[in-house]
Amino acid sequence: MNIFLSLIAVLVLILIAWVGAGAANLQFIFGMIMPIIGLMLFLGGIVYRVIKWARAPVPFHIPTSCGQQKSLTWMQSSKLDNPSSSLGVIGRMLLEVLFFRSLFRNTKMELKNGPKLVYGSAKYLWLGALAFHWSFLIIVIRHFRFFTEPIPFFVNFMSSLDGFFQIGVPVLYLTDALIVGGLTYLFFRRVVIPQLRYISLFSDYFILFNILAIVITGILMRYFTKVDLILVKQLTLGFFSFNPVIPEGIGSIFYIHLFLVSALLTYFPASKLVHMAGVFLSPTRNLANNSRMKRHINPWNYPVKVHTYEEYEDEFRDLMKGAGLPLEKE
Amino acid sequence: MYDAGKIITGIIIFLVLMTSPFWLNIASGKGSYKPEIKIATEEKQCVADTDYMKAAHMDLIYEWRDQVVRNEKRIYTSSNGKTYNMSLTKTCMNCHSNKSEFCDRCHSYVGVTPYCWDCHVEPKEVVQ
Ligand code: HEC
Ligand code: HEC
Ligand code: HEC
Ligand code: HEM
Repeated sequence: MNIFLSLIAVLVLILIAWVGAGAANLQFIFGMIMPIIGLMLFLGGIVYRVIKWARAPVPFHIPTSCGQQKSLTWMQSSKLDNPSSSLGVIGRMLLEVLFFRSLFRNTKMELKNGPKLVYGSAKYLWLGALAFHWSFLIIVIRHFRFFTEPIPFFVNFMSSLDGFFQIGVPVLYLTDALIVGGLTYLFFRRVVIPQLRYISLFSDYFILFNILAIVITGILMRYFTKVDLILVKQLTLGFFSFNPVIPEGIGSIFYIHLFLVSALLTYFPASKLVHMAGVFLSPTRNLANNSRMKRHINPWNYPVKVHTYEEYEDEFRDLMKGAGLPLEKE
Repeated sequence: MYDAGKIITGIIIFLVLMTSPFWLNIASGKGSYKPEIKIATEEKQCVADTDYMKAAHMDLIYEWRDQVVRNEKRIYTSSNGKTYNMSLTKTCMNCHSNKSEFCDRCHSYVGVTPYCWDCHVEPKEVVQ
């Protein structure tokens, strides 16, 4: 059910842009207004969420330890999986953010031959996630060829590396194939595994479909129904230098692509996608496991109003004496 | 806010990266740059519709290549009945002999470097 609802939602988005920019000639709205609103909500939303997280106290010192903690000098400690210094934490964060180390550790639990519990490694999620995220990043960096003039040197370098095999014309980018593969895997994972399907929400599918639709419209534009990129770049340069122009004659598919991106940007800070910023703020990863060397003060410790026994005795001394109760101080 | 120093540094890095196209374009001052291409021939019409050529000329030459190399067909008939020899260097580059002012202007604007010239001979241009 969720699958169909989210598919319909994405189709509605496509239809809005198609009718809006195609039939109703609202190119300015779909080419300029929507993207700038999307960008502002994206930036503002992320900053808002990060500040909100930063205001939340971390009462306990809770780094997850995935290796031997630093202790006696003759015991080997695991510097990256259980870091005790800031350098170790930085290393651990880099491995996590760039290579998804915690997904690499993913295991699968199975009952085999009757009551035999078996744990095995499950690397497919790690591989699929890595393929998807890296392709996404490289595609966005490659898109800088439309965003700036002159094009930064590393963008062209990246494009030529991505088109290394020179398959077809325009050259097939490997990341285009990889991202479609990655997204397809991530989608089927949710559909095929019953436990995962049970916990998958509307928004999980919606995000997958939305990104898939962006990728598909992009691929259509590049390899199948062409658009005039010279006009597209005039539009984007106008956008990114504060003097909007809408050149005549860009196909609606471009506006569909752009509107889906605007929708993604708008939804980004409100959805689970903020894990892009959130991963840096998760206390299970960004704290050093040095709780035996340094005391972690709970920032929550506000002065609690206490009533000690001495004060209690002072308050009720006469009554207690009258009742013949034993007192600590006469 | 806890760890204000780190958080604010992080937010600033994030914002600068995400808005970098704006700053790069303002710094280069080329925000409304548009490539000027020169047509070097007396002819009035390309081998196909100009709008089609603008967006899809790479498909056309690739089709030409396949026809020549795989099917041994060398004659292309355009929609207005004219016939052309399907050749990159002998036909396209005959009319568009000014590669650096034509093909390259557009291509460097959108960051594509066709690898065709690894093998095919570029037309010799008169340096002006
Ligand atoms: C109006 C501008 C323009 C002109 C003039 C032009 N091109 Fe292109 N060309 C493009 C654009 C834009 C692309 C990139 C398409 C893409 O990335 O989807 C391209 C891509 C190509 C490609 C595919 C390259 C690849 O690696 O993907 C070839 C081949 C090509 N052009 C050949 C030529 C030749 C030969 C000429 C000169 C006779 C020429 N073009 C003139 C705009 C132009
Ligand atoms: C008979 C001469 C001739 C031949 C052959 C020819 N062209 Fe053209 N081409 C022209 C002319 C003339 C124009 C300008 C048409 C116009 O302005 O309407 C043009 C326009 C173009 C444009 C659009 C430029 C723009 O933005 O206005 C491209 C791209 C292009 N040609 C590529 C090619 C390619 C690739 C080939 C080889 C398949 C080729 N041409 C073969 C004469 C030719
Ligand atoms: C590995 C070297 C090589 C590369 C790279 C290459 N070609 Fe060719 N091409 C050839 C050879 C060899 C022929 C055959 C020539 C013949 O039989 O007339 C040919 C023939 C052609 C032909 C038809 C014949 C003619 O005279 O032009 C076209 C069109 C063509 N290539 C287009 C391209 C395009 C477009 C690219 C870039 C995307 C490209 N080629 C890249 C080697 C190459
Ligand atoms: C979330 C961000 C985006 C994603 C994931 C994305 C994805 C893609 C993909 C996968 C392609 C196929 C070709 C390629 O890989 O280069 C593509 C093409 C394209 N995209 Fe995007 N895109 C995004 C944002 C944008 C934006 C903001 C614009 C313009 C304002 C844009 C304009 C284009 C154009 C014009 C093409 C056609 C390229 C060509 O013909 O070579 N995209 N996009």
